[in-house]
Amino acid sequence: MNNMKDITILSGKGGTGKTSITAALASVIENTVFVDADVDAADLHIIFQPENKETHVFDGAWVASIDTDLCTNCGLCREHCKFDAINFKTGGGLEIDSFACEGCRLCERVCPVGAISSERSTNNFWYVSDTRFGPLVHAKMGPGEENSGKLVTQIRKSAKEIAKAKNADYILNDGPPGIGCAAIASITGADAVILITEPSKSGFHDVVRLVELVQSFKIPMYALINKFDINLDICNQMESFFASQDIKLMGKLPFSEDVVHSMVAKKTILEYNKESEIGIILSELWKEVASSEQKIEQ
Amino acid sequence: MAFKIAIASGKGGTGKTTFAVNLFSSINENWTRKVQLVDCDVEEPNDLLFFRNVSVTSEKASVQVIPEIDTSKCTFCKKCEEYCEFNAIVMMPTMQYATVNKDLCHSCGACFVACQFDAIHETTNAIGTITDYNIGNDRSLMEGNLRVGSPLQTMLIKDVKRNLVVENDVLIYDAPPGTSCPVVETISDADFVILVTEPTPFGVYDLKLTVDLLREVDKPFGVFVNKAGLGDSEVYEYLKAEGIQLLGEIPFSKEYASLYAKGKIVSCVPLQFAKEYRKVVAYLQKLNE
Repeated sequence: MNNMKDITILSGKGGTGKTSITAALASVIENTVFVDADVDAADLHIIFQPENKETHVFDGAWVASIDTDLCTNCGLCREHCKFDAINFKTGGGLEIDSFACEGCRLCERVCPVGAISSERSTNNFWYVSDTRFGPLVHAKMGPGEENSGKLVTQIRKSAKEIAKAKNADYILNDGPPGIGCAAIASITGADAVILITEPSKSGFHDVVRLVELVQSFKIPMYALINKFDINLDICNQMESFFASQDIKLMGKLPFSEDVVHSMVAKKTILEYNKESEIGIILSELWKEVASSEQKIEQ
Repeated sequence: MAFKIAIASGKGGTGKTTFAVNLFSSINENWTRKVQLVDCDVEEPNDLLFFRNVSVTSEKASVQVIPEIDTSKCTFCKKCEEYCEFNAIVMMPTMQYATVNKDLCHSCGACFVACQFDAIHETTNAIGTITDYNIGNDRSLMEGNLRVGSPLQTMLIKDVKRNLVVENDVLIYDAPPGTSCPVVETISDADFVILVTEPTPFGVYDLKLTVDLLREVDKPFGVFVNKAGLGDSEVYEYLKAEGIQLLGEIPFSKEYASLYAKGKIVSCVPLQFAKEYRKVVAYLQKLNE
């Protein structure tokens, strides 16, 4: 029987080390499918150096446009648009601001002369790649695109199929910052969430909001405090907070420039320096998470 | 009209908030007292954490208009369901069942137009709060705070801006990370965008994505390098090759990271850093002339 676990790494605040830690874990975990679910600003490929096997176009949101030959400038579409996306051009005529358009297609429906049509944005891509750590499913969004949540859902679905086909033990999702639509899409249906946080006022504030979100999904959480030595007081407060919420603290990692050096070398921390304190602590922590996840299964 | 400056970055954690609150202080001291800070990172608003003696001036709920289906009038014709591009309406005629999934609704109004039986009425759904804080010395911070669980961050950002009614000379928008719709909404009416980056491979890669976005929407921008000295020199080579203005930089320091952690980045700005912020303020003043 396949006990495959779908695990998502999140932080609330950006820059706490999600991607560096996901990459470091890749040096430790075997038989895993990786997902870069931070589709807005995907960085995992910089370390993974993927060899692209499949490229897919993701059907993005609808975007409306006006055929000026048919348009009578009656302005009905503009009256109905709730997104202020339709405006009069200087010199006459109406135009649609494609960045403001949310693709509801109401303008198309109310236009009495059929001058408006919508097309799906084809400016988003997702990829299945081979890497030295196993398969990676990742994406590239066009600038300013909508629907990052749906794109996250799409690549996680693909990763799940790959994981099933190759009987993988884990799917590891490197998640987006924040708590909005992309974060929600990266949590939905996951078996566990690993919170990567840092002991700063903002890191703490942000992880508290994230915990509230993940709790609403009733998904078990593990916490990892990164750069714990930048503020020991907040670190202590965070530890009490996690304890009060029954969130298992996996451990704490010290601030280390090894993280940046390995990123510059485009390597994982363990590839960059086998003796790195951070790498060693992480492999120990992973063993604990893996064994406690297996226990849940039994 | 206020001069509007948006602070953005592709990658999270490069120092947007640090930069935004320091720029705000520096403008307040060296340019005009009529400057307002606007926290548009509504998923994780942090600007407030860096000020003391804070009090609430006003607070209001931000709500979206959503449909409510009156099943006594509804004929279950499914036209509203067909009009809804966001799959927020579920209708099962055989069971006389119709419901609205409010977290999927984008408030586009299509269902109201679709219904010919007067069966859809307006109701509201909370998406977050908008708070105006007095952050000491009559300075004001407007913050949008997304309700945990709501996916409508872009709508909230728009509503935050609608609530900026006080006349100011300068507005500073602190944007969320990323390059998708919430960022586009934040920068949409900005006169100038400052991208805060760090000289690491992740920082530079995400900076390039953001530059692509800004060129696509045709916004003038410059780059500020935070944590200088930490990674490599690729960012400088990139800026030079692309002819992008380097507005200033502050070096990486573990002591400063620790001041940040405590929330003391405004009260304890090293002299050298203050100079860099003043340089940016002078640049912006010139742009505004």
